[in-house]
Amino acid sequence: MKKQAMLGKKKLDAGMVITGLIILAVYAAVFILEQIMPSTSMLFTVLKKGATYALVAVSMNLLNGFTGIFSLGQAGFMLIGAYTFAIFTIPMESRAAVYQYYNGGILGFSLPVIPALILAGLAAAFFAFLIGLPVLRLKSDYLAIATLGFAEIMRAIFQWDKLGPLTNGSNMLHTFPNFNSFNIKNAAGETTVYLSTLIPFLIAGVCIALIVLLINSSYGRALRAIKDDEIAAEAMGVNLFHHKQLSFCISSFFAGIGGAMLAMYACTVQAKSFTTAMTYEILLIVVIGGIGSISGSCISSFLFVACSEWWLRFLDEKQVIGTFEVPLLRNGFRLVVFSIIIMIVVLFFRQGIMGTKELPDLFRRRPKTASQEAIK
Amino acid sequence: MSLLYIKDLKVSYGGIEALKGISLDVEKGQIVALIGANGAGKSTTLRAISGLIPRSQGTITYDGQVISGHSPQKIVSEGICMVPEGRRVFPNLTVLENLKIGGYLRKDDIQPDIEHVYDLFPRLKERSWQLAGTLSGGEQQMLAVGRALMMRPKLLMMDEPSLGLAPLVIRDIFKIIETLHEEGITILLVEQNANAALKIADSAFVLETGSLSMQGTGKELLNDPRVKEAYLGKAPARNGIG
Repeated sequence: MKKQAMLGKKKLDAGMVITGLIILAVYAAVFILEQIMPSTSMLFTVLKKGATYALVAVSMNLLNGFTGIFSLGQAGFMLIGAYTFAIFTIPMESRAAVYQYYNGGILGFSLPVIPALILAGLAAAFFAFLIGLPVLRLKSDYLAIATLGFAEIMRAIFQWDKLGPLTNGSNMLHTFPNFNSFNIKNAAGETTVYLSTLIPFLIAGVCIALIVLLINSSYGRALRAIKDDEIAAEAMGVNLFHHKQLSFCISSFFAGIGGAMLAMYACTVQAKSFTTAMTYEILLIVVIGGIGSISGSCISSFLFVACSEWWLRFLDEKQVIGTFEVPLLRNGFRLVVFSIIIMIVVLFFRQGIMGTKELPDLFRRRPKTASQEAIK
Repeated sequence: MSLLYIKDLKVSYGGIEALKGISLDVEKGQIVALIGANGAGKSTTLRAISGLIPRSQGTITYDGQVISGHSPQKIVSEGICMVPEGRRVFPNLTVLENLKIGGYLRKDDIQPDIEHVYDLFPRLKERSWQLAGTLSGGEQQMLAVGRALMMRPKLLMMDEPSLGLAPLVIRDIFKIIETLHEEGITILLVEQNANAALKIADSAFVLETGSLSMQGTGKELLNDPRVKEAYLGKAPARNGIG
């Protein structure tokens, strides 16, 4: 028994080590590429947005894939996070310009980035807690509708004129720190070390690592048990409501941080951009990556962002091969092709890219062979 | 001394009374069988004891304390565990994870209990890394029993452990029930397989549409003509089970 346990552990380590090396290599590549390639390259746009969406997709996967709560409120929590971050980080000297219709706003201080990020997460988690009290007693479809409604209500409330001194009404918030503020500049104002892509990778990486730790803890096991069979989980003494509430709040916390990252990516925040369509994009990423796979969500978020923002761009322009003008290619055609790709993925790869497997599983021998060895 | 004492328990689903005031007691260290037809209220009784459904009237006393109205968590941590009907293992969790969920409310080290379950069911040890959904029906039933044992129950309630299993497997399951009984665990057994249940039961109750119609020792009921007619078929025993 002991020996077998040790063997299992050793195998587990091999998969982990390879995965760890891959992650390190990705981070190193991001850092090096950023130094040698022009910072206007589309690659960095995709990487920044991809990292942001990866975090939000993983946070949604925690709910949909691991706890079995089908929530569609992600855009709402991102909105709360983005606004909280923006409101607290706009520098004092810029407030008069940003809040030009509201006498410079009501907030008399501004926070550094990291505390503001955490605050963004906490604000989203707090709203999740309040919303969760009534909503988490609902089941599947009803819960999805209720959370969808919540996100829409949030969008309306944040544009409300009366909240203007805080949220700037329907006007956008801007001039808060963005990813480019992390670049290290010399005295002459020239950028010496580019960090604007590495920073979103670091933030998303730390957050996703925390979610992975949660999922592998005994709490995570209880959440997966709830997803598998609520009644049996309750009979085992797992408090359903308490655990769902916990998962909902943690997911929203990281969605809030994701929202703040999206604000930094876009450099502006406006409530009307956090639409239901954004939630659906994230849901698509989760489905394509594999419901219940963290690494799947990460990989598919980069693929999704790259396809929608970069790789399929050529479809929007007229292409001429020799004297032949390729038909159909015009503005908007990219979205048609994109939709078809998504349909193909959903029809033929039901499990998504990764299914429920994680990256380390791919480098491990199948557990089935392990159990066969044990029988021998 | 009775470990569990139920007095005048009533449970209704909407307007329908599933239990119309039943009283029964479970002596410490015994196997108590609860038999009856479909819809008689057997499973309802178990679910009411474990706090999963609210009761409309009556008290449930366990180990000298009134537990009716407690949360399922509290009832489980007091040592009443259930093996639910139809096994209900967590299909996407491994066997080991299933066992760990069984001991979720335990604060102390559960490793010895995992070993204990593996000793009882060597098959589970062989398959500890396998997803529970890939196990056969009999293995899933073993896992469901093992999972319930993780809380070190004083009272183990089993809901139809023979449901959908082959006769040979049912025999194994009943052997295990007797082993657990020898270890000192009190067992409340709900069964439709009246023959097998009554053979190992110290005492038994017959439920009919929400009320108790008969009670006695297992042997008494096994030989009772009314039970024979209603639940065992007119020519009992010899049907390969037990």
